[in-house]
Amino acid sequence: MQNITIPQLISKYEKIPGGLMPLLHAIQDELGYIPNDVVPNIALGLNLSRAEVHGVITYYHFFRTTPPGKHVIQVCRAEACQACGAEELLSVLESSLNCKRNQTRYDEKITLEAVYCLGLCATSPAVQIDNKLYANVTTEKLKDLFGELEINP
Amino acid sequence: MNVTQIFISCDSAAVALGADVIVEKINAESKSRGIDVKVNRNSTRGMFWLEPLVEVQTSSGRVAYGPIQSADVSDLFDCGFLEGHSHIKYLGLTEQIPYLAKQQRLTFSRMGVTKPLSILDYKSHGGFLGLKKALQNGSEFILKELLDSGLRGRGGAAFPAGVKWKTVQQTEGEQKFVVCNADEGDSGTYSDRMTMEGDPYMLIEGMVIAGLAVHATRGYIYIRSEYLQAITVMQKALQLATESGFLGENILDSGKSFFIEIRKAAGSYVCGEETAMLESIEGKRGVVRAKPPLPAIRGLFGCPTVINNVITLASVPLIIANGADYYKNFGMGRSKGTLPFQLAGNVKYAGLVETAFGLSLRQLIYDFGGGSRSGRPIKAVQVGGPLGAYIPESQWDAPLEYETYAAMGAVLGHGGIVVHDDTVDMSKMARYAMEFCSIESCGKCTPCRIGSTRGVEVIDRIINNQERDQQIELLRDLCNTMVNGSLCAMGSMTPYPVLSALNHYSADFTSD
Repeated sequence: MQNITIPQLISKYEKIPGGLMPLLHAIQDELGYIPNDVVPNIALGLNLSRAEVHGVITYYHFFRTTPPGKHVIQVCRAEACQACGAEELLSVLESSLNCKRNQTRYDEKITLEAVYCLGLCATSPAVQIDNKLYANVTTEKLKDLFGELEINP
Repeated sequence: MNVTQIFISCDSAAVALGADVIVEKINAESKSRGIDVKVNRNSTRGMFWLEPLVEVQTSSGRVAYGPIQSADVSDLFDCGFLEGHSHIKYLGLTEQIPYLAKQQRLTFSRMGVTKPLSILDYKSHGGFLGLKKALQNGSEFILKELLDSGLRGRGGAAFPAGVKWKTVQQTEGEQKFVVCNADEGDSGTYSDRMTMEGDPYMLIEGMVIAGLAVHATRGYIYIRSEYLQAITVMQKALQLATESGFLGENILDSGKSFFIEIRKAAGSYVCGEETAMLESIEGKRGVVRAKPPLPAIRGLFGCPTVINNVITLASVPLIIANGADYYKNFGMGRSKGTLPFQLAGNVKYAGLVETAFGLSLRQLIYDFGGGSRSGRPIKAVQVGGPLGAYIPESQWDAPLEYETYAAMGAVLGHGGIVVHDDTVDMSKMARYAMEFCSIESCGKCTPCRIGSTRGVEVIDRIINNQERDQQIELLRDLCNTMVNGSLCAMGSMTPYPVLSALNHYSADFTSD
């Protein structure tokens, strides 16, 4: 699949000024992450050095270089969420899911991430699961959600 | 008989609280009862403790019910909410809810009223009047109105917008740019998100006016990757605005053109700093540039560039439409107009409060906010995001305006207000500020990159009572270096929360 998609994407963005960022987003949207082996092709297509491309990918928190788990659980730990128990929530999740923050669990079912502000600061704490937002989250509420989403602790 | 109009917000905070489920439930319930209703998805009023808020159009205005859970829906029908009758969640006429009635909503006047993508709604509530006036009167007129209005950058730095625009207008350049900074990364802030999700044409109109003022034909909106819905709504709004002639080639047959492109950020907080953002749009690592040259002289791709925050640009259409005198009548001193304050964290009635500058923090967190959500005493309030100072109770009566806060060693920033109750350990918040800086530092300058890591270590030693007095001295010295030696606000302002925590809550820094 990569052989078809990636060159097409590269040719789509190579002429756009500052096209590297949208290209990287497009690749991650397509594959879920940015594999290391696409770096040389991107560099060639956009007339950049491999170091420059690698530098950009690794600079930004949002870009992944390894596949995420089946479910990505993001817990906001910025101040407004901390003021309403985000740290405790994150700690409870780490132990109940058996997965440390910013890691993917051994069975690749879950990636748990600490994020800094989802913009739901008036209804904190906030959690995002697979790109869906949840507000005023409690551990009980999460337990129900995990049941619905078939996320097994 | 007319179909009863119901209004439920599609703002992502409302949806995160279950608004979509309520919509489904109301549609199903009305169908099974054989009643014809129309559910409109509008922007949010910004009263988030009441979301999902259900409003019903009655002859005397919109009547509100909230917060509505799915279990409430059939009960609402039984009580006759379609006729505006009473119910346990009944709130009366929306506009008369004191939280809203006490505000001065200028920029956010359409918020919660209109459907985000409806150009008709936007136009029938004052939309595009500023653009029309700007097209008729031209660049010098726009700049004069903006300068006279006293509008200052709402992103945090509070630089006079008119001065910035004038600099770009007067700088020679084949191509000039207008860049909207929508990388709203400050915790406790969501007014940019609300604007993009709820009133996108206001931002587009502001950017087009900026383009007319400085003779730029291209604009970028740099939106954080966390704001998925904002990106979707803005993209659709750009398309619809172009189709309707308010954007793109030959705007409203004026011969003027302006094009806008959205760029998605990638989770770097420091890209909210204007020069780091430019690097990111250029496809590079978001590393801060040394100034000068100012971006107004040499900005995006080396061209003269206007960079403003969402709220700054969104304030422009109203200023042009109603005139500078109208706008500057609000506010005090050199802080003209209004600021959409965003109440967040441990506060009972968290939400958006747009008022003129000059009210006090105490009014904001008690009269509007109703005290803490937990019911415990409020201990500290962080104003202005992660780089803003913690304000102790002794300073809660100071007027919220730029100069007073600067004199206190604090900032208003982007208007985020994060409330903490008395369970907060301020040494942990100080440590967090340093930790956040070490995670988000772009790494270009030493005081920020290394200082933040050393800062975490020093605070750990203070908390553990290892040579405490000496380490506190060291922390102050380190903060001094960061304030004076960093390239941008990331490093130079991280000491604000750290030192304010240390100075006002010193008891939290001892282990016993």
